Amino acid sequence: MTLTTLLVLAAALIGIGFYGALSQQSFVMLMMGLELMLNGAMLAAVAFWAYSGAGAPEGQLLTIVIMAVMAIEMALGFALVVAVFRAKQADTTEALSELKQ
Amino acid sequence: MTPSLATHIAFVVLAALAVLSGWRVFCTDSMVRASFFLLLSFIAVGGIMILLTAEYLGVAMFFMMAVEMMVMALFMVMFMMNPAGLNPMKMVHQERVAIVAGVAVFGVLSAVAVLGDFPDMPLPAEHAPVISLGRELLGDSMLVFETAGVVLLTTMVGVVVLSSRRGRYGRADEGSVPPGLEPGGEPAGRPKESEEEKGEEGGHAHQHHH
Repeated sequence: MTLTTLLVLAAALIGIGFYGALSQQSFVMLMMGLELMLNGAMLAAVAFWAYSGAGAPEGQLLTIVIMAVMAIEMALGFALVVAVFRAKQADTTEALSELKQ
Repeated sequence: MTPSLATHIAFVVLAALAVLSGWRVFCTDSMVRASFFLLLSFIAVGGIMILLTAEYLGVAMFFMMAVEMMVMALFMVMFMMNPAGLNPMKMVHQERVAIVAGVAVFGVLSAVAVLGDFPDMPLPAEHAPVISLGRELLGDSMLVFETAGVVLLTTMVGVVVLSSRRGRYGRADEGSVPPGLEPGGEPAGRPKESEEEKGEEGGHAHQHHH
């Protein structure tokens, strides 16, 4: 468990999440891809905090901010999914050709 | 910080679990199963955080993600065509581009990790991570923390506004029809009700989407 292995693991999570966010048709699966990317970002932040920041508390603070971003992304994402579903009966990205009603 | 052999083994197991379950999220047939795989990936990363002595964050990750993935599984059941995985399905587009982009991102980021020269300043042995985080949150970084709280409150208000049925310009679902059982098919459910509404309110349910 070194900084390099931790960062490579974070890179793998971010890569998988990027693949998911690009390839999935369903809105909710797309959001899962974004969450996986944020997961990798959090891991990288904690790894830097533990190995190259001399334990400065700002590293953990950054992780808490990313967690808050994740919660906001999920809440707003679901609200938008509900709104789009009400307006267009669409649950996949391809069912939408325009954002305006 | 000198990790023991048990820490190394735990790290390898958790890392494999995080990557494999993260990968399975986008391979599995069932959307609910996909959300539980994502939960597994988050829990593995939370475990790695605990190994890195960031106990508070690791435990917070467990609780937060357990709840979040429950909500996600619920939404899957509400919105997905195939919630329980009864039929095999694969809902992807531009898959080859996405695979190339994902591999490229992994390659670039891990090249940064391997080739980059990062400062080697590990945690001091007597460091108390939870205490220092608490001091930081309620001391120097109070403004950041409070801003996050206000942003979360704003999000809650925004979410309620976005998902409310009655908006500034009338009912949010006005003019919509229930989704079809198959794409482009006849609307399923509520047929009687929409007939009545059409009679009462002057026929707003004409907007069929193709």
